[in-house]
Amino acid sequence: MSMTIALEAFLTLPRGLLLTLVLTFASLAAGFAVSVPLAFLRASSNPWASAPVLAYTYAFRGTPLLVQLFLIYYGIGQLPLVRQSFLWAVMREPFWCAFIAFTLNSAAHTTEVVRGGIQAVPRGQIEAAKALGLSRFHTARLIVFPLTLRIALPAYANEVVGMLKASSLASTITLLEVTGLARQLVSETFAPYEVFIAAGAFYLLLTLLITQGFQMLETRWTPTANRPPPAQPVPRRANGKPPLASAET
Amino acid sequence: MYAFVDQFLSGLKNTLLVFALSCAFGTLLGLLIAVLRNSTRKSVSSCMRAYTGIIRGVPELLIILLTYFGGTALLSAIAGGYIEINAFAAGVAALTVVFSGYAAEIFRGAINAVAPGQREAAAALGLSNAQIWFLIIIPQMIPIALPAFCNLCISLIKDTSLISVVGLTDVMRVAYIGAGSLRAPLPFYLAASAIYLALTSLSLLSFRLLERRYSLPAMKG
Repeated sequence: MSMTIALEAFLTLPRGLLLTLVLTFASLAAGFAVSVPLAFLRASSNPWASAPVLAYTYAFRGTPLLVQLFLIYYGIGQLPLVRQSFLWAVMREPFWCAFIAFTLNSAAHTTEVVRGGIQAVPRGQIEAAKALGLSRFHTARLIVFPLTLRIALPAYANEVVGMLKASSLASTITLLEVTGLARQLVSETFAPYEVFIAAGAFYLLLTLLITQGFQMLETRWTPTANRPPPAQPVPRRANGKPPLASAET
Repeated sequence: MYAFVDQFLSGLKNTLLVFALSCAFGTLLGLLIAVLRNSTRKSVSSCMRAYTGIIRGVPELLIILLTYFGGTALLSAIAGGYIEINAFAAGVAALTVVFSGYAAEIFRGAINAVAPGQREAAAALGLSNAQIWFLIIIPQMIPIALPAFCNLCISLIKDTSLISVVGLTDVMRVAYIGAGSLRAPLPFYLAASAIYLALTSLSLLSFRLLERRYSLPAMKG
């Protein structure tokens, strides 16, 4: 272990942090935007709506992200149709290829997460909305979607952490995010332990921040009625009865 | 393209071998960690907790790179000259560590879900600690842990593709070489996708059958 190299790694790697974060959160945001309508289609009882979405999520969840990334970066760029059109300006940039691959992959995972949430919304809520005369769109927007977000939150937190870790694959198509910079530094210094452990520490820190953030969000979004009561001394009445017993009268 | 069928087959063999070995070793290691995590000794259980926390918070690719390049540095330092570690061994070691971290969390949840009365009854009957684990707790946690464990195995199949980055000739690597040499990336990567999709579909199907076989009577509906 050489302290100087470890120090150098801790000073160099933060330069890749921005790219890691941009790739992760841009793909997550785009993936989420795509996945919400897809999840409603996937949850619908009409097979013509749900089957194509199922095919998409099945294919993207059943193949490795690395294959998808290479397929888009090396494969799509080969097509003459793409090379000669305006798309080439986008598709020749490794950043946009990584963004597209991550978005498609994240959208597939998120669609299934949101679908699980939609199907877990209690039936009574939807029936109540119908009884109040809400249209189907309003029911989806005002009742189902907010409840879905709350139900799907823990699973979505896993997806966010997974995407952060998956962003390390961008280093295989020459992008210099944290892992890419670490690989470059290792090839210069031949000191794998110092550099890769430093890179791992940065990822670990980000993972901890994300999980803590989601935990706070989860407590905030839990309806107050379901929260465990705060620890308080039970107020005693003069006759010694616990307060709940007298509430019945 | 057809000349690459043989290479794809040998790549498939490597992929499956890496999967089977790291799944087997990872399950054993994960079980050990889950049991140690239930230890009454604070230091042991918090060490195991840190282990799973670190493994699950770091990208799999980074662990593979660390094992491969770190292993090479270690071997070179021991031997005094430059020795490159086998990509296969490094890949199996790295994926074993990754798998054990996730499996340990699944097993821990399953162990906690086994009713505590079972353990107490076994202890009251005079069973030894090892007997309690192997005869009472582990058989009962299988149906609880199985669904999550199957998902983990499917992730592992996909994660094996990452070892191609350090040079193991698995399905992904064969596609990469073929795409480069014939300058036809699209068909090669599509072929690789099809192979991986077939593998994950096949395991999904077989795990469904396994789950049905091992599910609790009450859960069969």
